[in-house]
Amino acid sequence: MQVLSRFHLRKVFHSATSLFSLALVLASVVLTCGEPANALPAFARKYGLRCSACHESWPMLNYFGQKFKDNGYQLMNDRDAPIWQNPSYWPVVFRITPIWHRVSTGKVQVDTYTGGALDGGQAIQRITSSGFDLSGLDFHTGGTLEKNISFYLLPSSDSTGAFHFEQVFVRFDNIAHSPWLNFKLGRFELDNLLSEKRILTLTGNGGIYQTYHFMPQGDGNIFGQIGDNQLGMEYMGHSVDDRTRVSAALVSSSDGNVGLTTTANAYTGFVAASQAFDTGKLGVQRLGFYAMVGEASTYYLTSGGGIPILGSGIGNKGFSREGFVGQFYFGPHVGLTVVTQHGSDNVWFGQGYGNAEATDGNGGTTCTTPIPNGCPVNNVPGTTLAAGSQAPSWNGVTAEGHYIYSPQLIFIGRYEAERMSQQANGNICGGVACPSNLGNISTYTIGFRYNPFMTSRAGLAWHNEYNWLHQDGTGPSLTPGVLTNINTGEILMGLDFDF
Amino acid sequence: MRTTLQKWTLLFSSAVLLALPAASSAQLSTYDIGTRLGAESHVGNLTGHAKDAALPYRRYCVGCHGPLGDGNGENAPYMQPPMYQQPRDFQLGIFKCRSTPTGTLPTDQDLYDAITRGFDRTNMPQWNALSKQERTDLVAWVKHFSPRWANEKPGTPITIPPEPEVTAERIKAGRDVFARVQCWKCHGVQGMANGPSASTLQDDLGRPIAPFNFTDGTRPKCGDTDQDIYRIFMTGLDGTPMPSFADNIKPDEAWDLVFYLRTFMAQKSKEKEIAKGLGLKPVDPNAPVAQQ
Repeated sequence: MQVLSRFHLRKVFHSATSLFSLALVLASVVLTCGEPANALPAFARKYGLRCSACHESWPMLNYFGQKFKDNGYQLMNDRDAPIWQNPSYWPVVFRITPIWHRVSTGKVQVDTYTGGALDGGQAIQRITSSGFDLSGLDFHTGGTLEKNISFYLLPSSDSTGAFHFEQVFVRFDNIAHSPWLNFKLGRFELDNLLSEKRILTLTGNGGIYQTYHFMPQGDGNIFGQIGDNQLGMEYMGHSVDDRTRVSAALVSSSDGNVGLTTTANAYTGFVAASQAFDTGKLGVQRLGFYAMVGEASTYYLTSGGGIPILGSGIGNKGFSREGFVGQFYFGPHVGLTVVTQHGSDNVWFGQGYGNAEATDGNGGTTCTTPIPNGCPVNNVPGTTLAAGSQAPSWNGVTAEGHYIYSPQLIFIGRYEAERMSQQANGNICGGVACPSNLGNISTYTIGFRYNPFMTSRAGLAWHNEYNWLHQDGTGPSLTPGVLTNINTGEILMGLDFDF
Repeated sequence: MRTTLQKWTLLFSSAVLLALPAASSAQLSTYDIGTRLGAESHVGNLTGHAKDAALPYRRYCVGCHGPLGDGNGENAPYMQPPMYQQPRDFQLGIFKCRSTPTGTLPTDQDLYDAITRGFDRTNMPQWNALSKQERTDLVAWVKHFSPRWANEKPGTPITIPPEPEVTAERIKAGRDVFARVQCWKCHGVQGMANGPSASTLQDDLGRPIAPFNFTDGTRPKCGDTDQDIYRIFMTGLDGTPMPSFADNIKPDEAWDLVFYLRTFMAQKSKEKEIAKGLGLKPVDPNAPVAQQ
């Protein structure tokens, strides 16, 4: 009886294996045998161009797409104004990604139990989670209100459906018929040649550029993240063929948070410039630089016994981020983009001052209890810095390579390294000098995106990705004074689509 | 035995799973039209190769011009005249913007300039963001669609004499030419594309086509320099009702006509100022030809 049962089980297993294999093959056939392949389908629909015309692989722009964006989402063919569109045309696109992913976090501090009861002890262990999931939902709408007046509006939700305005701006293009005079006002992405908003990867750590968001351990300056959309105005100019580009932005030092709730009385400047060179069969190579210099509050007035008053930030301190960008092509199939960064924060930020409101990222605040119980530190009058405090500084590099097999299939590989060059010390490591590598990050991401079809109407990418991230000294530890490292890995598969 | 078979089935399935995307893409990227993939183009010091343009053509062009270059891309059905113009059918080997006489093939430089400049009032943008090599390769790719390039040589570019000084007399003379060769019949007496024949015009394929409106601020399709305008009416726009006037207009008269046409255009120009000072009136289509 047992033998029969085992045989039956094996048969069932084999049948299931065959069925699974067949399903995989069928899925692959369905995914690969569509129409010949094609980002923001709203623009594609408007102009009748395939996604691939503007995107290396959507959403990442190629040079033509960059020029289209720099022209204010115009082709400059005297058919850009809305009056030339079909009256029923509605420039709205949604994008969402159903995924399966597996996240493995190396060190998590967990409670321990004895005899079914919480015994008060702690342990460190790896936690691995996997399952089906969703990305957030984006509604992109953009285009021209009139010839040379363009707009962009991006209501975006997290995966629970909570919405905010990720990007909103109006832009005046080609003022006085010059491509060198363009201005926009609103919430927008800084002029990063390697755009994080157009990143090709989706995992938790691989879906952002670490170089754009790096903060030293214990640092309170959330305002220097060049990857976040910012509130302000921007001048932008470019040559007719877009080979030369310059931009300068003045933004609130609020990290894009709305409502004047954060450091409302401080501003940050961002400049970027680049020059492209035509190098024959290799393609067009681009070299550029960027610099962000700003200041942000470290002291918030309080009331009610220490609760920060929104928008009352004073005691501004400075910070800077600067680096070089290179976009290199080695023929039509291989591309490499490199971004470097040197970052530096004022010594007060290094000790955790700055982010006194612990904003929720959308203008709200999660800090409702008096300092210091529920909120970060506040530079109230009479505050002094701990002995040994120093201004933190660091260097980072992002190198992202692409192998473009065809407009439908792209392979992605990225390596990022963030290295502290001067630790903040002071209170960050309990009054002793911090290890020189505290907070250093190394991460790599690999993956591919395959578009089974490509038209000017919609986009679908079968997305596969793996990310691994290592950070020094920021893991939990059960032994005081002993720092541990964190290793996190994530594998993700999904169907990224927009329509 | 059965287990081994199952393993092989799984292995095979996995292999197919991994190979299909690549195979599918390969099939699309090795698209071939006949044996003309060896077509070349020469622009300046650059030599373009059709075979190197398969990828960029597929990336940038195929949505309108179609995989066969016949203008039947997926967007073609939505580009209906008069609001849009249909994508060019490269298989015919007929091109509007040329430096060569009517009826002849354009030079490689002409095609390169067309790709670089794009065509205003159409969905064809300026592709000057592409590298020069890519554009030169695309010229070769465009040529490989039509057998004409295998059997004919491009025409010899017309000679454009040096541009003379603009004078009131020349503008008045240009007005006379405008009346004599009856440009107004299509373009209207004030260049507003509302001549008596305007609504009846068709291209060689029988599709409605509108004459150029000089007054709405748009740029002429084949370039907006004085030389470009001169070239347009001396070579004609093949495939359209716009003929070549090379046999009807002398080079000097052609310059006069260029200056007169400038007076219609929305952009500020010396010609407009002079015409304003002259109080120049539009031609009278009802007057005898000699008095127009």
